[in-house]
Amino acid sequence: MSLLEFYARNSREALGLLGEHLFLVVISTVAAVAIGVPLGILLSRRPGWRRPILGFANVCQTIPSLALFGFLIPLPFIGGVGARTAIVALVVYALLPIVRNTYTGIANVDPAVREAGRGMGMTDRELLVMVELPLAAGVIFSGIRVATVIGVGVATIAAAVGAGGLGVYIFRGVSVVDDTLILAGALPAALLALAADGLLGLVERRFAWRT
Amino acid sequence: MTAVLDVRGVGYRLPGTGGRSLVTDVHFSVGAGETLVLLGRSGSGKTTTLKLVNRLLEPTEGEIHVAGRTTREADPHRLRRGIGYVIQDVGLFPHFTIEQNVGLVPRLEGWTPGRVAARVRELLTLVGLDPDRFAGRRPHELSGGQRQRIGVARALAADPPLLLMDEPFGALDPITRVELQREFKRLEERLGKAVVFVTHDVREGLLLGTRIGLMHEGRLVFLGTPQEFRQSAHPECRAFLEAAA
Repeated sequence: MSLLEFYARNSREALGLLGEHLFLVVISTVAAVAIGVPLGILLSRRPGWRRPILGFANVCQTIPSLALFGFLIPLPFIGGVGARTAIVALVVYALLPIVRNTYTGIANVDPAVREAGRGMGMTDRELLVMVELPLAAGVIFSGIRVATVIGVGVATIAAAVGAGGLGVYIFRGVSVVDDTLILAGALPAALLALAADGLLGLVERRFAWRT
Repeated sequence: MTAVLDVRGVGYRLPGTGGRSLVTDVHFSVGAGETLVLLGRSGSGKTTTLKLVNRLLEPTEGEIHVAGRTTREADPHRLRRGIGYVIQDVGLFPHFTIEQNVGLVPRLEGWTPGRVAARVRELLTLVGLDPDRFAGRRPHELSGGQRQRIGVARALAADPPLLLMDEPFGALDPITRVELQREFKRLEERLGKAVVFVTHDVREGLLLGTRIGLMHEGRLVFLGTPQEFRQSAHPECRAFLEAAA
Protein backbone atom coordinates (compact mmCIF):
# COMPACT_ATOMS: atom_id res chain seq x y z
CA MET A 1 0.00 0.00 0.00
CA SER A 2 1.47 3.35 -1.00
CA LEU A 3 1.60 6.32 1.30
CA LEU A 4 -1.00 8.24 -0.72
CA GLU A 5 -3.38 5.32 -0.64
CA PHE A 6 -2.87 5.08 3.10
CA TYR A 7 -3.74 8.75 3.58
CA ALA A 8 -6.73 8.46 1.26
CA ARG A 9 -8.17 5.64 3.33
CA ASN A 10 -7.30 7.10 6.72
CA SER A 11 -7.63 10.81 6.10
CA ARG A 12 -9.75 11.50 9.16
CA GLU A 13 -7.41 9.70 11.52
CA ALA A 14 -4.31 11.25 9.92
CA LEU A 15 -5.68 14.77 10.18
CA GLY A 16 -6.70 14.11 13.77
CA LEU A 17 -3.18 13.02 14.67
CA LEU A 18 -1.70 16.02 12.86
CA GLY A 19 -4.03 18.25 14.86
CA GLU A 20 -2.96 16.61 18.12
CA HIS A 21 0.65 17.02 17.14
CA LEU A 22 0.21 20.71 16.38
CA PHE A 23 -1.67 21.17 19.63
CA LEU A 24 1.15 19.60 21.66
CA VAL A 25 3.82 21.70 19.97
CA VAL A 26 1.95 25.02 20.04
CA ILE A 27 0.82 24.74 23.67
CA SER A 28 4.23 23.64 24.91
CA THR A 29 6.12 26.29 22.92
CA VAL A 30 3.82 29.08 24.08
CA ALA A 31 4.25 27.90 27.68
CA ALA A 32 8.03 27.68 27.23
CA VAL A 33 8.10 31.24 25.86
CA ALA A 34 5.98 32.46 28.76
CA ILE A 35 8.43 30.91 31.23
CA GLY A 36 11.68 31.16 29.28
CA VAL A 37 11.69 34.81 28.18
CA PRO A 38 11.09 36.23 31.69
CA LEU A 39 13.67 33.77 33.02
CA GLY A 40 16.19 34.94 30.42
CA ILE A 41 15.51 38.58 31.35
CA LEU A 42 16.01 37.68 35.01
CA LEU A 43 19.38 36.11 34.21
CA SER A 44 20.49 39.31 32.50
CA ARG A 45 19.74 41.17 35.76
CA ARG A 46 21.06 38.58 38.23
CA PRO A 47 24.51 37.41 37.12
CA GLY A 48 24.73 35.00 40.06
CA TRP A 49 21.75 32.95 38.86
CA ARG A 50 23.19 32.42 35.41
CA ARG A 51 25.26 29.31 36.05
CA PRO A 52 22.76 27.34 38.16
CA ILE A 53 19.77 28.06 35.93
CA LEU A 54 21.49 27.58 32.57
CA GLY A 55 23.23 24.54 34.01
CA PHE A 56 19.93 23.03 35.10
CA ALA A 57 18.33 23.73 31.72
CA ASN A 58 21.36 22.15 30.04
CA VAL A 59 21.03 19.00 32.13
CA CYS A 60 17.32 18.76 31.27
CA GLN A 61 18.23 18.96 27.61
CA THR A 62 20.55 15.95 27.91
CA ILE A 63 17.92 13.57 29.34
CA PRO A 64 16.93 11.21 26.52
CA SER A 65 13.41 12.20 25.55
CA LEU A 66 11.89 8.76 25.87
CA ALA A 67 13.36 8.49 29.38
CA LEU A 68 11.99 11.91 30.34
CA PHE A 69 8.49 10.90 29.30
CA GLY A 70 8.95 7.70 31.29
CA PHE A 71 10.15 9.56 34.38
CA LEU A 72 7.15 11.89 34.29
CA ILE A 73 4.46 9.22 34.16
CA PRO A 74 4.56 8.21 37.85
CA LEU A 75 4.71 11.81 39.11
CA PRO A 76 1.58 13.24 40.73
CA PHE A 77 -0.16 16.31 39.19
CA ILE A 78 2.17 16.79 36.23
CA GLY A 79 2.53 13.12 35.32
CA GLY A 80 0.23 10.34 34.29
CA VAL A 81 -0.72 9.07 30.86
CA GLY A 82 -1.90 11.64 28.34
CA ALA A 83 -1.28 15.02 26.78
CA ARG A 84 -0.43 16.76 30.06
CA THR A 85 2.68 14.68 30.65
CA ALA A 86 3.76 15.17 27.06
CA ILE A 87 3.34 18.94 27.30
CA VAL A 88 5.40 19.13 30.49
CA ALA A 89 8.21 17.17 28.82
CA LEU A 90 8.06 19.32 25.70
CA VAL A 91 8.23 22.52 27.79
CA VAL A 92 11.33 21.17 29.55
CA TYR A 93 12.98 20.64 26.17
CA ALA A 94 11.95 23.97 24.72
CA LEU A 95 13.11 25.95 27.74
CA LEU A 96 16.88 25.87 27.26
CA PRO A 97 17.11 27.46 23.79
CA ILE A 98 14.61 30.15 24.75
CA VAL A 99 16.18 31.07 28.09
CA ARG A 100 19.69 30.97 26.68
CA ASN A 101 18.88 33.05 23.63
CA THR A 102 16.91 35.63 25.61
CA TYR A 103 19.83 36.06 27.95
CA THR A 104 22.41 36.07 25.14
CA GLY A 105 20.39 38.50 23.04
CA ILE A 106 20.19 41.00 25.88
CA ALA A 107 23.83 40.49 26.92
CA ASN A 108 24.98 41.17 23.36
CA VAL A 109 23.35 44.59 23.12
CA ASP A 110 26.12 47.10 22.36
CA PRO A 111 27.41 48.43 25.72
CA ALA A 112 27.56 51.94 24.23
CA VAL A 113 23.83 51.77 23.47
CA ARG A 114 23.12 50.69 27.02
CA GLU A 115 25.36 53.38 28.48
CA ALA A 116 23.77 56.06 26.31
CA GLY A 117 20.32 54.93 27.40
CA ARG A 118 21.23 54.97 31.06
CA GLY A 119 23.08 58.26 30.70
CA MET A 120 20.01 59.86 29.17
CA GLY A 121 17.98 58.86 32.19
CA MET A 122 16.12 55.75 31.07
CA THR A 123 14.96 53.57 33.93
CA ASP A 124 15.92 49.91 33.87
CA ARG A 125 12.41 49.07 32.73
CA GLU A 126 12.46 51.63 29.90
CA LEU A 127 15.85 50.37 28.80
CA LEU A 128 14.59 46.78 28.77
CA VAL A 129 11.32 47.42 26.94
CA MET A 130 12.41 50.16 24.52
CA VAL A 131 15.97 49.07 23.77
CA GLU A 132 17.19 45.70 25.01
CA LEU A 133 14.21 43.50 24.09
CA PRO A 134 13.71 44.98 20.59
CA LEU A 135 17.42 44.65 19.86
CA ALA A 136 17.49 41.10 21.28
CA ALA A 137 14.28 40.08 19.47
CA GLY A 138 16.09 38.47 16.52
CA VAL A 139 18.16 36.25 18.81
CA ILE A 140 15.14 35.46 21.00
CA PHE A 141 13.08 34.42 17.97
CA SER A 142 15.95 32.26 16.81
CA GLY A 143 15.73 30.47 20.17
CA ILE A 144 11.97 30.05 19.77
CA ARG A 145 12.52 28.69 16.27
CA VAL A 146 15.02 26.10 17.51
CA ALA A 147 12.70 25.18 20.40
CA THR A 148 9.76 24.71 18.02
CA VAL A 149 11.71 22.52 15.62
CA ILE A 150 12.96 20.38 18.52
CA GLY A 151 9.38 20.27 19.84
CA VAL A 152 7.98 18.93 16.55
CA GLY A 153 10.49 16.10 16.66
CA VAL A 154 10.20 15.26 20.34
CA ALA A 155 6.40 15.37 20.16
CA THR A 156 6.46 12.21 18.04
CA ILE A 157 7.55 10.39 21.19
CA ALA A 158 4.49 11.73 23.04
CA ALA A 159 2.58 8.82 21.52
CA ALA A 160 4.50 6.56 23.92
CA VAL A 161 2.69 8.16 26.87
CA GLY A 162 -0.67 8.11 25.18
CA ALA A 163 -0.69 11.77 24.15
CA GLY A 164 -1.37 11.00 20.48
CA GLY A 165 0.17 12.96 17.65
CA LEU A 166 1.97 11.74 14.55
CA GLY A 167 4.13 9.47 16.69
CA VAL A 168 1.18 7.09 16.88
CA TYR A 169 1.83 6.04 13.26
CA ILE A 170 5.55 5.76 13.87
CA PHE A 171 5.21 3.55 16.95
CA ARG A 172 2.54 1.45 15.25
CA GLY A 173 4.71 1.14 12.14
CA VAL A 174 7.74 0.09 14.17
CA SER A 175 5.79 -2.56 16.08
CA VAL A 176 4.34 -4.16 12.93
CA VAL A 177 7.45 -3.47 10.79
CA ASP A 178 5.53 -1.41 8.21
CA ASP A 179 7.59 1.26 6.45
CA THR A 180 4.57 2.98 4.98
CA LEU A 181 3.06 3.42 8.39
CA ILE A 182 6.33 4.80 9.83
CA LEU A 183 6.56 7.19 6.91
CA ALA A 184 2.94 8.25 7.38
CA GLY A 185 3.97 9.68 10.75
CA ALA A 186 7.53 10.73 10.02
CA LEU A 187 7.00 12.58 6.75
CA PRO A 188 4.37 15.10 7.95
CA ALA A 189 6.39 15.59 11.15
CA ALA A 190 9.45 16.47 9.09
CA LEU A 191 7.45 18.81 6.85
CA LEU A 192 5.94 20.43 9.93
CA ALA A 193 9.42 21.04 11.33
CA LEU A 194 10.58 22.58 8.05
CA ALA A 195 7.51 24.81 7.87
CA ALA A 196 7.98 26.02 11.45
CA ASP A 197 11.64 26.67 10.76
CA GLY A 198 10.90 28.69 7.63
CA LEU A 199 8.05 30.67 9.13
CA LEU A 200 9.83 31.63 12.35
CA GLY A 201 12.97 32.34 10.34
CA LEU A 202 11.00 35.06 8.54
CA VAL A 203 9.98 36.61 11.86
CA GLU A 204 13.56 36.40 13.05
CA ARG A 205 14.93 38.28 10.03
CA ARG A 206 12.38 41.01 10.59
CA PHE A 207 14.34 41.88 13.75
CA ALA A 208 17.85 41.84 12.30
CA TRP A 209 18.86 45.42 13.07
CA ARG A 210 21.86 46.78 11.27
CA THR A 211 24.29 48.62 13.47
CA MET B 1 27.35 84.17 38.17
CA THR B 2 26.15 81.05 39.97
CA ALA B 3 27.73 77.80 38.92
CA VAL B 4 25.63 75.30 36.97
CA LEU B 5 27.85 72.50 38.22
CA ASP B 6 29.64 72.52 41.53
CA VAL B 7 31.86 69.59 42.45
CA ARG B 8 33.00 69.71 46.07
CA GLY B 9 35.64 67.34 47.40
CA VAL B 10 34.36 64.40 45.45
CA GLY B 11 35.98 61.00 45.62
CA TYR B 12 35.22 57.55 44.33
CA ARG B 13 36.51 54.35 45.82
CA LEU B 14 35.80 50.93 44.33
CA PRO B 15 33.44 48.87 46.48
CA GLY B 16 34.84 46.41 49.01
CA THR B 17 37.15 46.91 51.94
CA GLY B 18 40.45 48.39 50.82
CA GLY B 19 38.93 49.16 47.42
CA ARG B 20 41.19 51.20 45.18
CA SER B 21 40.45 54.91 45.00
CA LEU B 22 39.86 56.06 41.42
CA VAL B 23 39.08 59.71 42.14
CA THR B 24 40.26 61.67 45.18
CA ASP B 25 39.17 65.05 46.51
CA VAL B 26 38.20 66.75 43.25
CA HIS B 27 36.91 70.33 43.39
CA PHE B 28 35.71 72.45 40.47
CA SER B 29 32.75 74.41 39.29
CA VAL B 30 31.46 75.23 35.83
CA GLY B 31 29.24 78.16 34.93
CA ALA B 32 26.94 78.80 31.97
CA GLY B 33 28.89 79.40 28.76
CA GLU B 34 31.98 77.75 30.18
CA THR B 35 33.68 74.64 28.84
CA LEU B 36 35.80 72.87 31.39
CA VAL B 37 38.12 70.40 29.72
CA LEU B 38 39.16 67.47 31.87
CA LEU B 39 42.49 66.42 30.44
CA GLY B 40 44.51 63.42 31.50
CA ARG B 41 46.06 60.13 30.56
CA SER B 42 44.03 56.93 30.30
CA GLY B 43 43.05 55.82 33.77
CA SER B 44 43.60 59.24 35.33
CA GLY B 45 39.98 59.37 36.54
CA LYS B 46 38.45 61.83 34.07
CA THR B 47 35.67 59.57 32.81
CA THR B 48 34.99 58.39 36.35
CA THR B 49 34.64 62.02 37.45
CA LEU B 50 32.16 62.62 34.62
CA LYS B 51 30.08 59.61 35.61
CA LEU B 52 29.99 60.78 39.21
CA VAL B 53 28.25 63.95 38.05
CA ASN B 54 25.25 62.19 36.49
CA ARG B 55 25.42 59.39 39.04
CA LEU B 56 26.21 56.59 36.64
CA LEU B 57 28.64 56.08 39.51
CA GLU B 58 27.82 57.10 43.07
CA PRO B 59 30.40 59.35 44.74
CA THR B 60 31.81 57.78 47.88
CA GLU B 61 32.92 61.17 49.20
CA GLY B 62 32.03 64.80 48.74
CA GLU B 63 29.06 66.52 47.23
CA ILE B 64 27.93 67.56 43.75
CA HIS B 65 25.46 70.34 43.01
CA VAL B 66 23.73 70.76 39.66
CA ALA B 67 21.79 74.00 39.17
CA GLY B 68 22.14 74.70 42.88
CA ARG B 69 20.70 71.39 44.08
CA THR B 70 22.60 68.47 45.51
CA THR B 71 22.52 65.42 43.27
CA ARG B 72 22.48 63.04 46.18
CA GLU B 73 18.83 63.57 46.95
CA ALA B 74 17.69 63.73 43.33
CA ASP B 75 16.07 60.81 41.55
CA PRO B 76 18.97 59.61 39.35
CA HIS B 77 16.78 59.18 36.26
CA ARG B 78 15.31 62.67 36.52
CA LEU B 79 18.79 64.04 37.19
CA ARG B 80 20.21 62.42 34.04
CA ARG B 81 17.33 63.63 31.88
CA GLY B 82 18.33 67.13 32.87
CA ILE B 83 21.98 66.64 31.89
CA GLY B 84 23.14 66.13 28.30
CA TYR B 85 25.46 63.14 27.87
CA VAL B 86 27.63 62.43 24.84
CA ILE B 87 30.00 59.44 24.64
CA GLN B 88 32.72 58.46 22.20
CA ASP B 89 30.84 55.49 20.78
CA VAL B 90 27.70 57.64 20.43
CA GLY B 91 25.39 54.75 21.30
CA LEU B 92 22.55 55.61 18.94
CA PHE B 93 19.70 53.11 19.08
CA PRO B 94 19.97 51.12 15.82
CA HIS B 95 16.25 50.24 15.75
CA PHE B 96 15.17 53.89 16.11
CA THR B 97 15.05 56.45 13.32
CA ILE B 98 17.18 59.57 13.72
CA GLU B 99 14.06 61.44 14.75
CA GLN B 100 13.26 58.88 17.46
CA ASN B 101 16.85 58.91 18.66
CA VAL B 102 17.02 62.67 18.99
CA GLY B 103 13.57 62.93 20.51
CA LEU B 104 14.13 60.27 23.15
CA VAL B 105 14.50 62.36 26.30
CA PRO B 106 11.60 64.70 25.40
CA ARG B 107 9.46 61.58 24.81
CA LEU B 108 10.50 60.12 28.16
CA GLU B 109 9.58 63.47 29.68
CA GLY B 110 6.13 63.21 28.18
CA TRP B 111 6.23 65.98 25.56
CA THR B 112 3.44 65.91 22.97
CA PRO B 113 4.44 64.30 19.63
CA GLY B 114 4.05 67.62 17.82
CA ARG B 115 6.37 69.40 20.19
CA VAL B 116 8.93 66.57 19.98
CA ALA B 117 8.87 66.65 16.17
CA ALA B 118 9.36 70.42 16.08
CA ARG B 119 12.22 70.20 18.55
CA VAL B 120 13.91 67.43 16.53
CA ARG B 121 13.79 69.55 13.35
CA GLU B 122 15.24 72.48 15.22
CA LEU B 123 18.09 70.38 16.63
CA LEU B 124 18.97 68.65 13.37
CA THR B 125 19.27 72.07 11.74
CA LEU B 126 21.37 73.24 14.68
CA VAL B 127 23.93 70.44 14.19
CA GLY B 128 24.00 71.01 10.44
CA LEU B 129 21.89 68.11 9.18
CA ASP B 130 18.89 68.70 6.90
CA PRO B 131 15.82 67.41 8.81
CA ASP B 132 13.98 66.46 5.60
CA ARG B 133 16.85 64.22 4.55
CA PHE B 134 17.85 62.74 7.89
CA ALA B 135 14.87 62.54 10.27
CA GLY B 136 13.54 59.27 8.82
CA ARG B 137 16.88 57.49 8.38
CA ARG B 138 18.39 54.91 10.68
CA PRO B 139 21.82 55.23 12.31
CA HIS B 140 23.53 52.63 10.08
CA GLU B 141 22.93 54.88 7.06
CA LEU B 142 25.03 57.69 8.56
CA SER B 143 28.76 58.36 8.59
CA GLY B 144 30.71 58.51 11.85
CA GLY B 145 30.71 62.31 11.86
CA GLN B 146 26.98 62.48 11.16
CA ARG B 147 26.30 60.00 13.94
CA GLN B 148 28.18 62.08 16.47
CA ARG B 149 26.28 65.19 15.34
CA ILE B 150 23.14 63.20 16.15
CA GLY B 151 24.72 62.28 19.47
CA VAL B 152 25.16 65.98 20.27
CA ALA B 153 21.65 66.84 19.05
CA ARG B 154 20.21 64.08 21.23
CA ALA B 155 22.06 65.38 24.29
CA LEU B 156 20.68 68.87 23.69
CA ALA B 157 17.11 67.67 23.10
CA ALA B 158 15.52 68.68 26.40
CA ASP B 159 17.64 71.85 26.55
CA PRO B 160 19.69 70.86 29.62
CA PRO B 161 21.85 73.55 31.25
CA LEU B 162 24.75 71.10 31.61
CA LEU B 163 26.45 68.93 29.01
CA LEU B 164 28.83 66.06 29.81
CA MET B 165 30.99 64.94 26.90
CA ASP B 166 33.30 61.93 27.13
CA GLU B 167 35.84 62.07 24.29
CA PRO B 168 33.01 62.74 21.85
CA PHE B 169 35.26 63.24 18.81
CA GLY B 170 37.87 60.63 19.74
CA ALA B 171 36.74 57.95 17.29
CA LEU B 172 36.49 60.23 14.24
CA ASP B 173 39.01 60.62 11.43
CA PRO B 174 41.28 63.68 11.88
CA ILE B 175 39.53 65.86 9.28
CA THR B 176 36.01 65.17 10.54
CA ARG B 177 37.28 65.63 14.09
CA VAL B 178 38.58 69.14 13.39
CA GLU B 179 35.36 69.97 11.57
CA LEU B 180 33.23 68.88 14.52
CA GLN B 181 35.50 70.61 17.04
CA ARG B 182 35.08 73.95 15.22
CA GLU B 183 31.36 73.51 14.87
CA PHE B 184 31.02 72.56 18.48
CA LYS B 185 32.94 75.67 19.50
CA ARG B 186 30.56 77.87 17.51
CA LEU B 187 27.56 75.99 18.88
CA GLU B 188 28.78 76.40 22.44
CA GLU B 189 29.33 80.14 21.95
CA ARG B 190 25.75 80.38 20.75
CA LEU B 191 24.04 78.15 23.30
CA GLY B 192 26.06 79.06 26.39
CA LYS B 193 25.74 75.70 28.12
CA ALA B 194 27.93 74.63 30.99
CA VAL B 195 30.09 71.89 29.48
CA VAL B 196 32.45 69.33 30.98
CA PHE B 197 34.53 67.89 28.17
CA VAL B 198 36.78 64.86 28.74
CA THR B 199 39.70 64.32 26.38
CA HIS B 200 43.30 63.15 26.31
CA ASP B 201 44.05 65.35 23.30
CA VAL B 202 45.80 68.55 24.46
CA ARG B 203 45.13 70.44 21.23
CA GLU B 204 41.44 69.65 21.44
CA GLY B 205 41.48 70.73 25.07
CA LEU B 206 43.23 74.03 24.33
CA LEU B 207 40.90 74.74 21.40
CA LEU B 208 37.63 74.07 23.19
CA GLY B 209 38.32 74.73 26.85
CA THR B 210 37.68 78.02 28.56
CA ARG B 211 39.43 76.26 31.42
CA ILE B 212 41.59 73.17 31.62
CA GLY B 213 41.51 70.74 34.51
CA LEU B 214 44.37 68.28 34.43
CA MET B 215 43.82 64.95 36.14
CA HIS B 216 46.61 62.70 37.26
CA GLU B 217 46.22 59.52 39.28
CA GLY B 218 42.69 60.40 40.35
CA ARG B 219 43.47 63.93 41.46
CA LEU B 220 42.88 67.27 39.81
CA VAL B 221 46.47 68.52 39.75
CA PHE B 222 45.93 71.69 37.73
CA LEU B 223 42.94 73.94 37.08
CA GLY B 224 43.20 77.13 35.06
CA THR B 225 42.81 78.88 31.72
CA PRO B 226 44.49 77.50 28.59
CA GLN B 227 46.97 80.41 28.90
CA GLU B 228 47.86 79.40 32.45
CA PHE B 229 48.08 75.78 31.39
CA ARG B 230 50.67 76.61 28.72
CA GLN B 231 52.80 78.41 31.31
CA SER B 232 52.36 75.90 34.10
CA ALA B 233 55.47 74.32 35.53
CA HIS B 234 53.62 71.25 36.78
CA PRO B 235 55.44 68.21 35.41
CA GLU B 236 52.23 66.57 34.15
CA CYS B 237 51.27 69.79 32.29
CA ARG B 238 54.75 69.93 30.76
CA ALA B 239 54.50 66.26 29.77
CA PHE B 240 51.23 66.93 27.92
CA LEU B 241 52.49 70.08 26.25
CA GLU B 242 55.69 68.38 25.11
CA ALA B 243 53.72 65.44 23.72
CA ALA B 244 51.62 67.84 21.66
CA ALA B 245 54.55 69.91 20.37
